[in-house]
Amino acid sequence: MIDAEAVYAVWLREFKVYLREKERVISSFVSPILWLIVFGSGLGASVSLHGVSYQVFIYPGVLSMALLFTSVFYGIYIIWDRKLDFLKEVLVAPVSRSSIFVGKMLGGCTDAMMQSLILLVLGVLIGIPLTPATFIYSLLILFLTSVAMVSLGLVLGSNLTNQEAFNLVINFVIWPLFFFSGALFDVTTLPPWLSTITYLNPLTYGVDLLRGAILNVQVFPTYLDFSVLIVFSLVMMWLGTVSFGRMQQSK
Amino acid sequence: MIITTNDLTKKFGNFTAVDKLNIEIEEGEVFGLLGPNGAGKTTTISMLCTILKPTSGSAKVNGFDVSAQPSKVRSSIGIVFQEPSVDDLLTGRENLEIHAMLYKIPREVRKRRIGEVISLVGLEDRADDVTRVYSGGMRRRLELARGLMHHPKVLFLDEPTLGLDPQTREHIWDYIKKLSKEEEMTMVLTTHYMEEADMLCNRIAIMDAGKIVVLDNSTNLKKKVGGDIVVLKMDNPNLEKIRKLSFVTSAESKDGSVQIVIKDVDRNLQKLLCKVGRIKSVEVRPVTLNDVFIHYTGKEIRGGEEEGSYWDRIMRSEVNR
Repeated sequence: MIDAEAVYAVWLREFKVYLREKERVISSFVSPILWLIVFGSGLGASVSLHGVSYQVFIYPGVLSMALLFTSVFYGIYIIWDRKLDFLKEVLVAPVSRSSIFVGKMLGGCTDAMMQSLILLVLGVLIGIPLTPATFIYSLLILFLTSVAMVSLGLVLGSNLTNQEAFNLVINFVIWPLFFFSGALFDVTTLPPWLSTITYLNPLTYGVDLLRGAILNVQVFPTYLDFSVLIVFSLVMMWLGTVSFGRMQQSK
Repeated sequence: MIITTNDLTKKFGNFTAVDKLNIEIEEGEVFGLLGPNGAGKTTTISMLCTILKPTSGSAKVNGFDVSAQPSKVRSSIGIVFQEPSVDDLLTGRENLEIHAMLYKIPREVRKRRIGEVISLVGLEDRADDVTRVYSGGMRRRLELARGLMHHPKVLFLDEPTLGLDPQTREHIWDYIKKLSKEEEMTMVLTTHYMEEADMLCNRIAIMDAGKIVVLDNSTNLKKKVGGDIVVLKMDNPNLEKIRKLSFVTSAESKDGSVQIVIKDVDRNLQKLLCKVGRIKSVEVRPVTLNDVFIHYTGKEIRGGEEEGSYWDRIMRSEVNR
């Protein structure tokens, strides 16, 4: 079903486009840096959680936020791709839909990982306690989270047909995923109704793993975090392959 | 028959875009679908290319069913889409390399094949520029090269010269003619330019409102109108009297002039002019495919680009990466 060369072809296209769109690369760093420096140090002056300053506490959350936005945006971008003929060229190729999906997905993960890499380096510079081992472990967690989030974006994007839906996704998917993930707060101190929503959010488990890796503050067992992310990713990849198979022209 | 359709139908809600289409296309021919915007040409091609599911009916391309064996159909065909579909941040060569990988062209022949198609469409000097800096005609040539790089059995061309300037259009026609001669490839093209269908196609199906109105080669289609066209500019023409003349096939008045189809114009023009009385001017011209279209549908093929010109769409595509 999955043809390595086709996956590579689709990925290569995405990667080359990414490297040549400098605006996209630059803009993906601006908002996380603002969050980290302005929001983190502004609040950090007065708040500390789990014995670390707020700026350090939200660092894993900001990493996750940046990853979430880059990943889901990348996925729903195919609403635009579909309006034009870029995607058609790939869809008429004699290649399995799952290969196209995986190639696209890895393209999005690559964007997200480039961003994560730079934010991790920035983290070292602003004094986040990262060792080489936690640095690599964090990248692994971020990669897995981006697989889940890019796949989610692609599933949404391939099932939506009009561009107005883009805003709906931002308001009804991306922001809730972010706010109900514990990226900015400690999930154990929430009122029960709020923590229930948080537990249903796959991103919560990515944030939890990351906070465990970087700050040694983890709410759930590691195996549970990984299981949720892996199962969610597999379900999204399956749905995505089905959606790509059904994707049609509008005329 | 390399392509056959059997009552091929596509509905979008209550609107029937393609209505029980039955066509047979022979191997090696250049087949044209001619009709106004909205006639169902692109919908037909999209179904034959497996990117749109038929509502009912079936179609076979190269012996494979488009619904049941889409990937077999996909490996038999090449497509040049109506809208620009090359990646504008990749170079011409990179676009072709990615295409080669998707179509599993063996690594050993890839480089040579890319070189061949690039020179076939005359893009040697610009192959390593990003296609963002290409002109509309160059993009079109690149898309042609890409469409035939994997030696498909059938090449589909959806409005291959839409929105191009006349000179570029003629260049593209030359390439298409050269290809059909040298590669002996079956080609199916859609167009709303009559001269394009006339110039390139062995057989032409005139489409309107989802149906094929008439299908034949260009010469026979024109014969069906029944003569040549004489346009007379005159006041108060007596249409009844003109229609009664034995050599007149039809006569219609249209903004201050009368358009008459007459048989054997060389012999009968003099007679016609004697009978009609005082005229301001006379123009004789051969039948065009537009006249054929009017003859069958009572409407004209409008040449307007209602869906936005090629450049508008390129501009839009640039905004959206």
